[in-house]
Amino acid sequence: MQRIGVFVCHCGSNIAATVDVKKVVEMAMCEPGVVHAEDYPYMCSEAGQAKIQAAIKEKNLGGVVVCSCSPRMHENTFRKAAEKAGLNPYMVEIANIREHCSWIHKNMEEATEKAVILMKAAVAKVNLNTPLQAGESRVTKRALVIGGGIAGIQTALDIAEAGYPVDIVEKTPSIGGRMSQLDKTFPTLDCSACILTPKMVEANAHPNINIYTYSEVEKVSGFVGDFTVDIRKKARSVDMSKCTGCGVCQEKCPNKKTPNEFNRGLNNRSAIYTPFAQAIPNVPVIDREHCTKFLTGKCGICAKVCQAGAVDYEQQDEIITEKYGAIVVATGFNMINLDKYDEYAYSQSKDVITSLELERIMNAAGPTKGHLERLSDGKAPKEMVFIQCVGSRCADKRGKSYCSKICCMYTAKHAMLIRDKYPDVNVTVFYIDVRTPGKNFDEFYRRAVEEYGVNYIKGQVGKVIPQPDGKLLVQGSDLLSNKQILKEADMVVLAAAIEPEPGVRNIATMLTASIDTNDFLTEAHAKLRPVESPTAGIFLSGVCQGPKDIPETVSQAGAAAVKAIGLLAKDKLTTNPCTAKADELMCNGCSQCANVCPYGAISYETKLINDHGVREDRRVAVVNSALCQGCGACTVTCPSGAMDLQGFSNRQILAEVDAICR
Amino acid sequence: MKYSYYPGCTLKNKAQALDMYARASASVLGFELEEVSEWQCCGGVYPLGSDEIATKLSSVRVLNEAKKKDQALVTLCSACHHVIKRVNDDMKNVPDIYQKANRYLQLEEDYRGETNVYHFLEVLRDQIGFDKLKEKVVKPLTGKKIGAYYGCLLLRPSSILAFDNPENPKILEDFIRAIGAEPVIYPYRNECCGGYISLKEKDMSKNMCEKITQSAEGFGADMLITACPLCMYNLNKTESKKIPVYYFTELLAEALGLKED
Repeated sequence: MQRIGVFVCHCGSNIAATVDVKKVVEMAMCEPGVVHAEDYPYMCSEAGQAKIQAAIKEKNLGGVVVCSCSPRMHENTFRKAAEKAGLNPYMVEIANIREHCSWIHKNMEEATEKAVILMKAAVAKVNLNTPLQAGESRVTKRALVIGGGIAGIQTALDIAEAGYPVDIVEKTPSIGGRMSQLDKTFPTLDCSACILTPKMVEANAHPNINIYTYSEVEKVSGFVGDFTVDIRKKARSVDMSKCTGCGVCQEKCPNKKTPNEFNRGLNNRSAIYTPFAQAIPNVPVIDREHCTKFLTGKCGICAKVCQAGAVDYEQQDEIITEKYGAIVVATGFNMINLDKYDEYAYSQSKDVITSLELERIMNAAGPTKGHLERLSDGKAPKEMVFIQCVGSRCADKRGKSYCSKICCMYTAKHAMLIRDKYPDVNVTVFYIDVRTPGKNFDEFYRRAVEEYGVNYIKGQVGKVIPQPDGKLLVQGSDLLSNKQILKEADMVVLAAAIEPEPGVRNIATMLTASIDTNDFLTEAHAKLRPVESPTAGIFLSGVCQGPKDIPETVSQAGAAAVKAIGLLAKDKLTTNPCTAKADELMCNGCSQCANVCPYGAISYETKLINDHGVREDRRVAVVNSALCQGCGACTVTCPSGAMDLQGFSNRQILAEVDAICR
Repeated sequence: MKYSYYPGCTLKNKAQALDMYARASASVLGFELEEVSEWQCCGGVYPLGSDEIATKLSSVRVLNEAKKKDQALVTLCSACHHVIKRVNDDMKNVPDIYQKANRYLQLEEDYRGETNVYHFLEVLRDQIGFDKLKEKVVKPLTGKKIGAYYGCLLLRPSSILAFDNPENPKILEDFIRAIGAEPVIYPYRNECCGGYISLKEKDMSKNMCEKITQSAEGFGADMLITACPLCMYNLNKTESKKIPVYYFTELLAEALGLKED
């Protein structure tokens, strides 16, 4: 039996207002093994920690239970305090009487009863705790960045500048991401390509950065500091070492009927293509699903015209396996599908477009060479209507519950640019709220209204009605003057909600990184650890974590880089000693534990076992504690009960359950 | 295949064409509509009140009759369909309503929304199939440009009616193609005709119907088809209207060669 001390924290009024802490102390003193119990307003404070340390020394405690907040908050604090007083840190247990009790209950009597039960469970467990020693693991000094948009590029540049090698994996043929599709950027109206391409070039030229385009992460194993990643380099059908980027193949390609993804399908591209002029690398890709050579076997023109002999129809996908210490996810976003919003006639009229499509139309390299025109008949519009929050802030299941955050600003930008370049075009914006927090953002919006005369109407649009003469009628309401509006328009632009790039779910699964109900990656702490995933060694950069604009994305990209650098700068990491361990006498060598282990930490050895005097060679499970993450999957799988988790042994867990049920 | 059939009051007087041609077509298409005995008026708009029980009971009786025969219930009138389908949903999901209704009716076994309710068009689409229908057509309406008028009662609320995409429906267009004509898609096809407001504010309903007919005419429709007697009534009150309005069953019967010219 341990000599146990119980310390009950008030957490100011967080706990004490709902739980009778004195009663918990009183009940603790009745538990077997408890030789000391006290309460204190803030156990996590210096003074609170000193009380624990004093008790350990004076009462010669062998185990400590702190009844306080979640172990995710202060388990480490109390373990360190105990260690300083000479106690093994793993002899400390937390009873979470805040998140699991006081915060979620209102009735003091019931909450107190529950707090006492939680305390009893922790005491029962600590009675069976054994001192554990943390081990060490090595750190591979190389980072992987998944996604080559502005977020990924910035993160990679920052890590590379700190002296660590970085690989960027980008699934499309070029880095650049969404930002490369934009024409101008708010609130300064500088051209997106002009500020992005220097960064792309810098990343491409940086000696510490290696870029895999047209590639995808296929498999991830290992853990913080020591990930092993398989990257599928898809067959480009063009030899990157030979291609000079002259572009003749694209000109001569006879198959120019594939929707151009970069221009959001507004025009077509050739089957062999680079997505845009400033693409990095400037090496085309053959789209095998649309290439005549691959579909029918007859063509081969690109190979014939290529002076460098770079076209290679036989090229195969290649798997590259590399080790990394840290992984940064920067997978970005896409606009939602507007299938469920047929009232806006997006599928029925070519003149109803999304904001990103307008971005391409306004761009000099876009489908209309930067000229604002209706896609149905090429005529210049006179009346333009913008509809905000299409699928954002949506109460029903059709859209997204969240605010997409960037639409208010880019719509103000579009409105302003159109009024500036085409002063005879009238621009109307329907909005729910105009949200412009950000440096110089509200001033920007005010300029659109006051200087450029953009007509803002508070109200939603119910229907966009295509007319027989090709015009559009916009039916909406003006909530401020309480009027129904029927407005004629030549073009309607929908600010469609943004959502995480669909592939992120698959990537999150490979990384065992958690995602929320909207498929945004979850941060370790919403306020205090916003760029880290709860999974150690995984960091978040850009919109994959939540909607954000370019300045915010770049800031977060830098922050994610700093966190990754902080990890890579370490030579060794302290490992969690709560790992699995096999009882060789009970193990029957069935391999079930090895089959379920997600970390590949279990192997089998033939050992000479002395089973109560019987000496024989047996095949038994052996856990590599450097690889084991202590998930416990093997312990519940093992049919003979040989596998146990140190610090969370079956005996300890059952003792807790017994204490709760007693 | 046999279905329980609820015609509703209007189909017994004003909208006899809707009923008659549907029955005739059904037999050619290989299913039978068995009229529920002693059915009562669905109650029009009244049963849609959430605190209303008495007017919901006629729907529950009809639904229960179909349940006893283990048949699905088929409707034709949009308004009746709307009412019965929504009452059926209430009987499945709203405890206050199903408890009260069952207590009142004292049925042998409580009714809890077990019956499937199909509109005649849904039977054509999901049970018969428009491909099969097309095969049975003997006098295709080739060259006719037909605008489908859905109105609102068949489409909304879409979570309960589950009839078609309320903003861009296509069941009637598919039907029009099946009988050999060309559908005209126009934006007002899912807008309201005004419904019962035509009894009180004639001008309002007239304005709404004018938008509908003008839009259909503007996009080149020769005629409109509907499944709703009230829509038919309101559309026909529109003075500026140049094109005729028919019940969809009438054109169905014509295409199947059942209609004397």
